[in-house]
This record gives sequence, C-alpha cells and structure tokens, in this order.
Amino acid sequence: MMNPEIESSPGNGRFLSTLQQIWRSISVPLTAVLLAALIGAILLIASGASPLEAYAALFKGSFGNAQAIGRTLEKATPLIFSGLAVAFAFKAGLFNIGAQGQLLFGAIVAAFLGFSIEGLPAIIHAPLALIGGAAAGALYGAIPGALRTYTGAHEVITTIMLNYIAINITDYLADGPWKDMTPGNIVARTPKILPSAEIPYIGNVPVGFILSVLAAVVVWWLLWHTTIGYEIRTVGLNSHAAHYAGMRVAWTVILTMALSGLLAGLGGAVETQGVVGRYQPGFNIALGFDGITIALLGKTHPFGVIPAALLVGAMKAGSSQMQFSAGVAKEITDVIQALILFFVAADVIVRWIIRMRASDGDQVTFSSNWGQS
Amino acid sequence: MESSLNVNNWLRRYGFLSGVLVIAFVIIVWRYAVDPQVTTAVLASTLRQSTPLVLGALCGLLGERSGVVNIGIEGQMLLAAFIGFLASVYTGNLALAIAAGMLTGALMGLLLAFMSVTLKMDQIIGGTVINILAIGLTGYFYTAGLTTQGKLQPIPLGPLADIPLFGRVFFNNPPITYATLILVMVVHYVLFFTRWGLRTRAVGEHPSAADTVGINVFTIRYVNVIIGGAIAGLAGAYLSLEAVGSFERLMTNGRGFVALAVMLFGKRTPLGSWGAALLFGFASALQTQLQFGGEIEIPHQFIGMLPYLLTILVLAGFVGRTRDPKALGQPYETE
Repeated sequence: MMNPEIESSPGNGRFLSTLQQIWRSISVPLTAVLLAALIGAILLIASGASPLEAYAALFKGSFGNAQAIGRTLEKATPLIFSGLAVAFAFKAGLFNIGAQGQLLFGAIVAAFLGFSIEGLPAIIHAPLALIGGAAAGALYGAIPGALRTYTGAHEVITTIMLNYIAINITDYLADGPWKDMTPGNIVARTPKILPSAEIPYIGNVPVGFILSVLAAVVVWWLLWHTTIGYEIRTVGLNSHAAHYAGMRVAWTVILTMALSGLLAGLGGAVETQGVVGRYQPGFNIALGFDGITIALLGKTHPFGVIPAALLVGAMKAGSSQMQFSAGVAKEITDVIQALILFFVAADVIVRWIIRMRASDGDQVTFSSNWGQS
Repeated sequence: MESSLNVNNWLRRYGFLSGVLVIAFVIIVWRYAVDPQVTTAVLASTLRQSTPLVLGALCGLLGERSGVVNIGIEGQMLLAAFIGFLASVYTGNLALAIAAGMLTGALMGLLLAFMSVTLKMDQIIGGTVINILAIGLTGYFYTAGLTTQGKLQPIPLGPLADIPLFGRVFFNNPPITYATLILVMVVHYVLFFTRWGLRTRAVGEHPSAADTVGINVFTIRYVNVIIGGAIAGLAGAYLSLEAVGSFERLMTNGRGFVALAVMLFGKRTPLGSWGAALLFGFASALQTQLQFGGEIEIPHQFIGMLPYLLTILVLAGFVGRTRDPKALGQPYETE
C-alpha cells in the first residue's frame, strides 16, 4: 500500500505523470511490435519453422555479443537518418517516400568525393564528402517540394517517380563516367573511397551512429526551438492558418523537403563512407522505404526514431544468423516490418486491445487530395 | 443557326481531341508506309504496355470516385501477380490462375477499405501499408526456379486479325488485353449511365447528402474499392501470366503509381484513362524500340527513365486542371 502523504506530494505526482506520459507514448508502438511478432510467429509455423528458434537466433545475431551489437548499431545508422527524413517531412504534413532516391544521391556523391579528391587530411576529406552527400540529397529533395508548391503535383507520386529516376541515374554513373576501372572489374560500381574519407569506428561503435544521434538532437532542436521549426509544424497542422498568420507556406514546403532530403542524403553518405566503402547499385535499396515504418513507429518524433531504427536495425543484423541457424528466409523480417507498420498506423485496433483512448493529435494525417498545395 | 451552334459546341468539346487523333492517325499511316513491320510492332506493343496501366487506372478511379484514395495499387498488382503465378505453377490452369490473381487483388482491396472506411486511417498510409506488405510477403514466399506451363497466348479473331495494321494491333491479342478493352467500356457505362455509378459519384462528392437520401456510404465505398482491387489483380495477372510468364521480385516496377498519373491525366474517366494509358504505353514501346532497335546511341538508363519522367511531367502539367471529388481522402463519419 502506498502512503497517501507521499502520493500527494507534488514531486512524486510529477514523476508519476511523467511515467504515465511515457507509457502513453510507447504503449501503442510496443503493442504493435508484439502483435506483429505474434503474426510473424504464425507465419513461421505455417511455413514449417519454429518461431522460438527463429526469434532466438534473431536476437542472438543482433544483441548476442559486442560484435553483434556493433552490427546492429551499424545497420541502424542509415535507418535513423532515413527515419528522421520521413518524420521531419511529416511535421509539415508532407509524405516523403523519396528518401530512397535522396539517399542514393547522397551515397554516390559521397563516394565520388571520396575517391576522386586526393591529398586531403582525413579531418577535412571525410566531412567534405559528408557535406557533398547531404547537399546532393537536399537538392534532390527540393525538386518534389518545388513541384508541389508550383504545380500542385502530389509529393507521394513525384517522389516515387524520382526514386526510379535516381536508380537509373546512379546506375548510369556507376557504370559509366564514375565506374571502377581497376583491371578485372566488370560490375557497375565506383572505385573504393580513399582511407581519408572513411568514417571510423570507436571500438565496435560506428562513428556514423553517433552522428545519427546528433542529427536527431539537431532535428529536435530545429523543430521545437526555432522559428523555422514553428513554421514547419504550423504548416503541417493547418496550412491555411499558417498562410493567414503571414507565414511563407510555399517556401516552408520547399525548405522542409530539402532538409528532409538532406537527412536522407546524409544517411547515404554515412553508409558509403562508414560501411560500403564505395557506391554499388543495389547496396542501399530499401533503406529509404524502411524510413517510413521507422518514422511512424517512432511516432514521428526524432527521439522516437532512434529506438525504432534500432529495432529494425536489429532485425536486419540478426536476420542472417536466423537464416543460417534456423533456416528461415531473411524476408520474414520484411513481413514483420509491414505488420508493425500496419498496427502502428491502425492504432485504433491496438488501442482497442490495450483499452486506451486516443488523445487529440495522436494520429498522423496528410492532405490526401492530389491537387492542393 | 441551331446547327452552327452545335458545330461550335462540338468543336469546343472535342476539337482538341479530334485534332490530336487526326495527327496521330496521319503519323501512323505515314510511318506504316515507311516501315510497316516496325510500325505494327510498336503499336501492338503500345497496346499491350498500356494494359496494366489502364487496369491500374480503373482501380484508382473507382476508389477515388467514391472518395477513397488508393496508392496501394502497386502492392495489389504485385501480390496478385505472385499468387496468380503460384496458382498457375501448382494447378497448371491459367484461367484458375487469373481468378486467383483477381481474388488476391480483391482481398487487398478489402483490406484497404477496412483501413480507410472502417478504421478511418489516413488513406495514404493505408496504401503504403499494402505496398510494403506486398513486397514483404512476395519476398518471403518467393522461391527461385519455379516455372509455369507457359503463358497466355494471343487469340487472333478470325479474318479481323488479318486487316493490315489496325487488325493486327487490335484483334490479335492475348485474353487479358481483350478483357481490358471491354472493361474500359463496361466501367465507363457503369460509372456514368447506371444508378450504381450515380450513387458512387454522389458518395465521392457529398457523402452526407447521399446518406440523407438513403445511400449506404460504407457499402458503396467498400464495393468500389474491392472491385477496383480485383481489377488491379487482373493487372498483376497480366504481368506474370500474360506479359512475362513467370514472377520476378518487384516486377510491377512502379506501374501502380504510373497508373495513378494515368488516371489523373484521364480526368478520372475510364475512356480518358485509356487514352492516357496509350500515351504511356507508347512511351514504353518507343523505349523498347530504341533500346533494341539500335538506331540511336543513348545509355539504356536514360531511356529506362522515360515513363517516370513522363509521369512527373503529366502530374505537374495536368493535375491542377482536374477537379478532385470533394470528399476525396476523407473518412465518412455518421452523426
């Protein structure tokens, strides 16, 4: 039994209400993950595998030892960036499905700067390649923003089309002007980046992961502690009200898409400089799409994105181990991810299961009309 | 007096369209005179490439006319292509395989309707769920090396198929391509000349008014989205059973999204979408011709992005000129 005096003391009450608030914000994603894992287990049984064995292998491969944890962090890094990119655009009411294409451009430009510039010290070269990748992503992200503002073309379709265009352009570059001409190489890929452009590891922790957490902090600060962030969130809540309040809605839309693209481009650059070491077509596929799941799972909050990305990163890191020791095809993690997305988005179902009422503004909505800007 | 007014009206309504058609006709006849074989091949390929796009657009417009945005067409097609392919592998019966594909599409439509009508979820997210789910499921259950007994073959329609050019293009096609041409007419008729179509459009424009006069908004939306899903499923079956004859990962290649642009370009009418799809199909056919004709030296990646660039251009140029159904994208709440 709790002492009523302690219970009524204000400090304790605040502590309790903070706990309650944290529970409110994580209960839905948590339940969604559990439900998805449950249905995943049913699918595993249906295809003749043991879910316990599979999930145990998945866990061992992602958190089993220091090396596995390092791998999870490594896999989570680009996902944090792409999740931030999608979540950031959400705040302005924009759905950036094009994180994929922006990430590809970031990756290939970082690779180009990484292999082509010689004689720079690492302290200049690595950041330079990162900035180049970020700028490429930002420019590519600004295109759908401008199309939305000036022509009304909905960003959902234009960003998807731009993804396909990005795949074609990067393929062309990696197979043409920027191709690795080392004797014996026949595949489409760029040369390896110079050691001075590489992003190192501290022990098992990739420096890129630290950068991604820093990026989350910057996004949080930008959104909730600057005028631009206030404008972005106001446009997201009600663009007409933002317009009447004298905000530059058109400019905000373009800027948001550019910054979103910048985050995705950074993700591509970090992946190139920290993990892959070059640009090779097909190596970065799906990272951008995962960003959608991660952003929604993280409730479109920059600090929610980090645990969400860690979860998905862990699934990616452990899936090889699962395939190897439990004989389950890796792609089951894709199915589980889709299920997570479904349950997070359909939070009505989840709330019904955990008997919780929705608070206002909990659900993400976009303007679904094609024509309006 | 009366007749001249009619001519003016007719010109205003159909002048541009007829102009385009006449120019297209002249170019086709000219190209045919120069090189009959290539021209016939390009036009036949145009019609077939347009098939999944028209079907996707029909799926999209049925949903949107009743007020539901469907960006999950891509996923509906992909999963239907996969299930249709599996059915054909295990039963060897292509008709059954097509039915399995359509059923899959319809079930995905049911899921979309459940999410957007019953759960009142954001429809864009609902469609994205379907897309990601389809990629995951097809990836997980896909096993390399499965082969079918063959694919759907062209059925020449007797003497009609021997008419030079147009006969060969229109009357010598595999079944789903024929079915598509019929479906365009049927959907057009249903949407604009039947009570069901009127109710569908009413629900898309003003659901509460429709509700007041006794139309069940939920039923109309459910049925339209499910039928749309079945049509998208037919598009998936077209890809795996008629065009390719096997299944490949991600084989839809964005066609579901291109279909949305086709739908907008066609102003959400079946006939308009058919015309728009022919334009996109022509771009794809031209792309194939350029790639393998070897006439011009362009890196294949640049030719490969033509349909996607065209989609963006169409969207940027035309989207402002179509009028969205008023209740598009909004869940309906009964009072």
